[in-house]
Amino acid sequence: MRSVGAGEGRRAHRCEGAFARGVPILAFLAFAGCVRGPQSTFAGAGTEASSVEGLFWWMLWGGVAIWIVVLGVGVYASRPRPAAHDEIVGKRMILWGGVVFPTVTLAILLGFGLALMPPFRGPAEGQAIAVSGERFWWRVAYDVEPGQTGVARGLPPGGIESANEIVLPLGVRTEILLGSPDVIHSFWVPAIAGKVDAIPGRVNRIVLEPTKTGVFNGVCAEFCGDAHAQMAFRVVVVTPEEYAAEVARQASPAVLTGTRGEELFLANGCGACHSVRGTEAQGRVGPDLTHVGSRRTIAAGILDNTPENIAQFVRATGHVKQGVEMPAYPMLDDDELTAIADWLGALQ
Amino acid sequence: MHLLPSGKTRDNLWTLITPPTVWAWHFLLSYITAAYACAPNDAIFEAIPGPRLLVAVLTVVALAIIAWCGVRAWREWQSEYVAPPFNEASPAHRERFLEFSTLLLAGLSFVGVVFVAMPALFVVDCR
Repeated sequence: MRSVGAGEGRRAHRCEGAFARGVPILAFLAFAGCVRGPQSTFAGAGTEASSVEGLFWWMLWGGVAIWIVVLGVGVYASRPRPAAHDEIVGKRMILWGGVVFPTVTLAILLGFGLALMPPFRGPAEGQAIAVSGERFWWRVAYDVEPGQTGVARGLPPGGIESANEIVLPLGVRTEILLGSPDVIHSFWVPAIAGKVDAIPGRVNRIVLEPTKTGVFNGVCAEFCGDAHAQMAFRVVVVTPEEYAAEVARQASPAVLTGTRGEELFLANGCGACHSVRGTEAQGRVGPDLTHVGSRRTIAAGILDNTPENIAQFVRATGHVKQGVEMPAYPMLDDDELTAIADWLGALQ
Repeated sequence: MHLLPSGKTRDNLWTLITPPTVWAWHFLLSYITAAYACAPNDAIFEAIPGPRLLVAVLTVVALAIIAWCGVRAWREWQSEYVAPPFNEASPAHRERFLEFSTLLLAGLSFVGVVFVAMPALFVVDCR
């Protein structure tokens, strides 16, 4: 082993110093990079997210100010004036700086937060959307009766079924009714609003009021099992007119039937778990696939919706998404997989 | 409550933990009140003035008890003032220590009760 010379050692030390200085800059850039992304609470794409963002900045800068004052007092007490200080002054500082100031600050913040909450949870407009968190995907039903929240309840039946993608009308307060048949999940679209749990045996509600059109990410924010981190969804915000058209489109049966892909889909038993309205596939276990081709992602928000990805997922589900309930189909040959994937991809 | 010949309280662990105990009971009763009113979760936009008033009464009572404990501790500490720390192994220092500690706990409990009650001030229904 070659020993490191003094010059090299200094250079290495300088490099480490530069690296140490660079880390905060890199961290800041990484932070800045995700500030306005589709999964950021800073995207300001909803009234609630914008309010929470405002509160965050107040608390951040308030925290920075307190940090500077506390450190400043510490430096003052130890460097310019290291000798013993006047006892009365010290006690006053403890009383005002350590008791009165934090109590009043916390009271103001608590009051500010409490005043924000009731309007967020106020009444919504129009029909509700039922969303069921299921290991590890999201069942969606448009056009259900709103307001049926409470304990010892399930989500209202009916509605126009879809999965893993929720279309929302811009500027409308839309009620999302949340439930779950298995374990506790948490519904969170950071760009638009806060999070609310989906709890078995009760129906919770959250109101989303988007203020920007676009596609945003949603996630499960409560650990629910192996594939918890891969239990995502997309939220697509469109104008109210486009929303009405989209719900009508979702209500229609599958646009393409009678293909070889459909035959293979049914012959291999996929219809036992999945529904494709307009065909014999009427399963209720897994996601409704009637319009799966029009969704932006597959496998609950983790893969781009391409025929190749659909084929890959069907062939090796557990490899793509560990813990997924759907079995893999490695026995299908490439030709069959391609036919099924092409058909599903065509279900716009 | 044991009284000393001077008419003052002989402080012990029970007098010390009275303020935080009142805080804990206030929290529990306020929580049960809100849970009882809102658990069915049927009419979430219907105002619940009764339970809010009950929380207000509980709050006034709790604050009064805590304030009384704090004032008593303050008076007795001041009347035979010893500055902290109360390091001597003597009955007088033991008393001053307990009185001073009770005063601090009363202050903390007072703020705690106010913070616990604030949601009932801002939120008028079960939403």
